[in-house]
Amino acid sequence: MSKDAMIHLQDVQKYYGDYHALRGINCDIRAGEFFSLLGPSGCGKTTLLRTIAGFEDITSGVVMIDGKHMEGVPANKRPTNMVFQSYAIFPHLTVEQNVGFGLRRDPRPKAEKDKAVAEALEMVGLKGFGSRAAHALSGGQRQRVALARALILKPKVLLLDEPLSALDKKMRENMQVELIKLQRQVGITFILVTHDQEEALVMSDRIAVMFEGEIAQLADPETLYRLPNSRRVADFIGHMNFLPAKVAGEENGEIDVDVQGLGRCHISAKQAPGGNRGEEPSVGFRPETLTLLYEGQTATDREATGTVEEVVYYGDMTYYDVKLDGVDEPVRLSMRNVPGRPVLDRGVKARVAWSPSALVLFR
Amino acid sequence: MKSQGNGLRLYAILYLAFLYAPIFLLPIFSFNDGTIIAFPLKGFTTKWFAVMAEKGQLHQAVINSLIVAGSTAILATTLAIFAARASTRFEFKGKGAIMAMIMLPLVLPEIIVAMAILVILLQMGVGLGLTTIILGHTLICTPFAIAILSAAFQSLDKSLEEAAYDLGEGKFSTFRLIILPLVLPGIISSLLISFTISMDEFILAAFIGGTSPTLPVYIYSQLRFPKEIPVIMAVATCLVAVSIVLLIIAEYFRRRGVAKTGGKDSGGFL
Repeated sequence: MSKDAMIHLQDVQKYYGDYHALRGINCDIRAGEFFSLLGPSGCGKTTLLRTIAGFEDITSGVVMIDGKHMEGVPANKRPTNMVFQSYAIFPHLTVEQNVGFGLRRDPRPKAEKDKAVAEALEMVGLKGFGSRAAHALSGGQRQRVALARALILKPKVLLLDEPLSALDKKMRENMQVELIKLQRQVGITFILVTHDQEEALVMSDRIAVMFEGEIAQLADPETLYRLPNSRRVADFIGHMNFLPAKVAGEENGEIDVDVQGLGRCHISAKQAPGGNRGEEPSVGFRPETLTLLYEGQTATDREATGTVEEVVYYGDMTYYDVKLDGVDEPVRLSMRNVPGRPVLDRGVKARVAWSPSALVLFR
Repeated sequence: MKSQGNGLRLYAILYLAFLYAPIFLLPIFSFNDGTIIAFPLKGFTTKWFAVMAEKGQLHQAVINSLIVAGSTAILATTLAIFAARASTRFEFKGKGAIMAMIMLPLVLPEIIVAMAILVILLQMGVGLGLTTIILGHTLICTPFAIAILSAAFQSLDKSLEEAAYDLGEGKFSTFRLIILPLVLPGIISSLLISFTISMDEFILAAFIGGTSPTLPVYIYSQLRFPKEIPVIMAVATCLVAVSIVLLIIAEYFRRRGVAKTGGKDSGGFL
């Protein structure tokens, strides 16, 4: 257990009857960190969050918060507060009463509590909304009330269960930025549960990717994106192309790999995390690591040829599915649309520039 | 297509007429200046209401009914709160079977229930009276109360409780501060429905009421005397008025409950 761990999970197991929901979770979450639990539905991320909150008993293992064992400590006695997916705003109370709900047992005089409520509302941008009826608020406003209500108790850890999933895209993007700012401002450990990889990448200091009750990879967003430790993680986070590969030899930390469509490459052993689980070896790379070469351009590193099969225009970006010569499945590449760079048509021959340094070997 | 639509319309009108026309006749004859219930009407009078106001036995029956209906409403609703809360919030073995058994009186012929209870009570040597009617009525009103309250508890988001708990409240204070206020409209609605059902229940009251007649039992006993019928019409008119007011209040509270929790109105009990 590291010294600055706010939350320490050690071999946490959880069974629902026969169903093994958490299969030995080990992880330390640092104080002041924005930490995300990312995974598809049913992977156990919400169960893990509720375990930390105290809503679920664990079958075995250790949960420690701020150096204290949490066994037998109920949710209302833990130094955590939660923002629920449905926000769980008390519909029969006003905004003020909702935000101040956790202060009911606070011995401070009423004037001080009112001040705390006003400050919390101001912090989430709801100044002047105090006397409104809670059930009449919009989705974004409810979210803010839920945040203020949870933060007013100054918890050591704020738990967020898919807090943005009910908002529309624009609102969600705004709230992502606001949540990051809020977290920096209050300096509390935030633990976010999400199935949206983009959300996790944008907001988190570190991300634990979970599948089937286990943490598949725990890393910062950049590592997770650039160097996923398995095809499964790579597939879940953004888009990754895979090409069949054969390992020819290995020496001095360099692996010689024959990649279909790209030829012989030297891949640094650091770019080969393993984790292929018995599948045929393959090489993965992100769409933006390939570049289309226009007439007169030459590749700075390596070059391959192929045929454009599909063109998807996104405004700022264009996605191309290109079938490299000698490969069955097309690979996807993305190009930023800038003046003087025309969008290619389907069916045309194309040259593609790439670099071995962007390849990840799964073997 | 058009004639088919007309046929349906006619059917609907006849159906509603069959349902409500007899009820509309009650107030008409209660103001009719004649002892025979037949057209043509003789003239307007309020004397039947005056006679009604002076009947001591009638007053006693009304008081009996109020005691029975009030107690039944409170008992049935209290029991239903426990049952509805348990069935919507917790999973336990045999839940389906237990709930089915509790709800069974809803479809059980009342006469069977009445006879069974009467036999048991007589065997046990329990004296018949208002208490036994209250117990019988509680039995048949509880399923209705559970139906209403289950809907109220069901529409409660479970995370509301968790949120209150998470914010430092205990189990009991969470119930008092969050759950109770949110299901209160359902509770009021349940009280009113139980009250209404108990108020006009006849079979059980007649079987296990002993010598304490409730209003419906009293009315039935008076129907044997033709000269009393106009007075009964006056009583019935008052009952219709009270029933309508009670049902409107019940529906008002149910809708307000739906609006308060931000839920969607799915029709409800009424």
